[in-house]
Amino acid sequence: MGQLIQQLINGLTLGAVYGLIALGYTMVYGIIGMINFAHGDIYMVSAIIAVTVLTLLGSLGIAAIPLSLLITLAVAIFFTAVYGWAVERVAYRPLRGSTRLAPLISAIGMSIFLQNMVQLTQGARVKPIAALLPGGFELFTQNGFTVHLAYTQILIVITTVLLLCVFSYLITRTSFGRQQRACEQDRTMTSLLGINVDRTISLTFVLGAALAAVAGVMVTVYYGVVDFSIGFVAGIKAFTAAVLGGVGSLPGAVLGGLIIGLIESFWGAYLSPAYSDLGTFGILILVLMFRPSGLLGRPEVEKV
Amino acid sequence: MSAPTMNTAGQTLLEVDSLTMRFGGLTAINNLSLNVPGGKITSIIGPNGAGKTTFFNCLTGFYKPTTGSVRMHHPEHGPLALEQMPSYHVARKAGVVRTFQNIRLFPNMTVLENLIVAQHNALQHASRFSLAGLFGRAGYKQAREAALTKAEMWLTRLKLLDIADLAAGNLSYGTQRRIEIARALCVDPLLLCLDEPAAGLNPRESAELNELLLYLSREHHKGILLIEHDMNVVMRVSDHICVLNFGNKIAEGTPEQIQNDPNVIKAYLGEDEADEKEAA
Repeated sequence: MGQLIQQLINGLTLGAVYGLIALGYTMVYGIIGMINFAHGDIYMVSAIIAVTVLTLLGSLGIAAIPLSLLITLAVAIFFTAVYGWAVERVAYRPLRGSTRLAPLISAIGMSIFLQNMVQLTQGARVKPIAALLPGGFELFTQNGFTVHLAYTQILIVITTVLLLCVFSYLITRTSFGRQQRACEQDRTMTSLLGINVDRTISLTFVLGAALAAVAGVMVTVYYGVVDFSIGFVAGIKAFTAAVLGGVGSLPGAVLGGLIIGLIESFWGAYLSPAYSDLGTFGILILVLMFRPSGLLGRPEVEKV
Repeated sequence: MSAPTMNTAGQTLLEVDSLTMRFGGLTAINNLSLNVPGGKITSIIGPNGAGKTTFFNCLTGFYKPTTGSVRMHHPEHGPLALEQMPSYHVARKAGVVRTFQNIRLFPNMTVLENLIVAQHNALQHASRFSLAGLFGRAGYKQAREAALTKAEMWLTRLKLLDIADLAAGNLSYGTQRRIEIARALCVDPLLLCLDEPAAGLNPRESAELNELLLYLSREHHKGILLIEHDMNVVMRVSDHICVLNFGNKIAEGTPEQIQNDPNVIKAYLGEDEADEKEAA
């Protein structure tokens, strides 16, 4: 019982991180119908920036946790947003209007480029930082097994829920959101109504990157270790989460993330930690077979 | 009320000068010159494949004309070369908005949202990238009120108010056509380009369309450029008609002049029948 609840907590935390990354995936997919494979690496870049900033702050003697967390978030979001913007500008915009496959290949290239760039400039070794937010609650002890709820876990879940609310509001209620949904449905027509489509797409990439930045900072604070290769697997899992929840749906992305996080942590605890990815991607296959539009996705109905 | 449309009635609004559009060896438009006045209805007719829709595509930045120029005489921004603008400037700066032969609404948005999207420039400006919207600033609220009022006005005029909250994609064909026109009007165009607005309408709807077009040009001083096959519409509402055939302008004039023009009769009925008619 104790272990069950502990795995539930761990799974939800992990899922919340996947959900955050998946939010960015789903927004970008929504607007240009392209899987941005470099998104996971943007998240990795953010985690590296977070380590750098936290180490720097530590050496400057800034120890107040909320302050250093906020500074780290601000710096990471800023630089990661610039990365997001640049990736779109360099790798995707010139290919707009070409075949669907071209930007996909370009995205994979961008992903490899970012990984190698970080490996070259930052080194390949794993970068640890001291726990920023140690400690937590001991919920209860049963048969010698104590269930922990770390402060970072609470922080991560609350952040994800909060950002989901903010972005849902942004998409459904604001002028920018309407503009974005218009681009999603008919880019040509949107532009003929006087909307700058390229700028809307850029802004979407910036927002997606900002979400990845938050996820990167959260992961750094949670695990305390980061290296250049974390982006790839996280990206693939977040992509799975986005597909599972229904690509294009923000609550779907977070729901998908939570489900994947839970599967991963339960599979790891009760079946085999080495094969926990099997569960994740097995689910992806099942969803694609039986409900291709995802759990909360809108099925495509073609009128004849 | 909507932002007052500048009254450009009578002045030349759109000046097309020796426009040619070639696709490889095919000349879709050949050396077309045409003046479109503000506040009047100008129709472009011609058999299928005459180059009518290609002409619209040249106006709205889809195609770059092979040679020639398309100039919009905007009362505020002066003469603007449409063929050199990014397509979003054609609507935003030059005030030219078009509709499509095959309707292009945002199907998953409500009718109202479709109309609000068209007014996004004013909103975006007031909302400072959505931040003011989040914090409910007064300027944004005003802009939002104004956008809603304008949308409501056109919804009422086009009898769409009852269905404002339904998803646009689920509505009937005739209704979608009206929504597309309403959405275009929300951009406050000086020149409204309608590509076959009467296609697929029943006789009652088509009569309503006539009335609407006349109302827009007479009361709102909109310049209207109309591509249409339905001669009931064209002959009743047009101030001026331009006839294209295989990319060439073969006639231009008032509806009466066009109806009696031998070249037009030939193009529509074919050589033999026109001869028979002459003989008879």
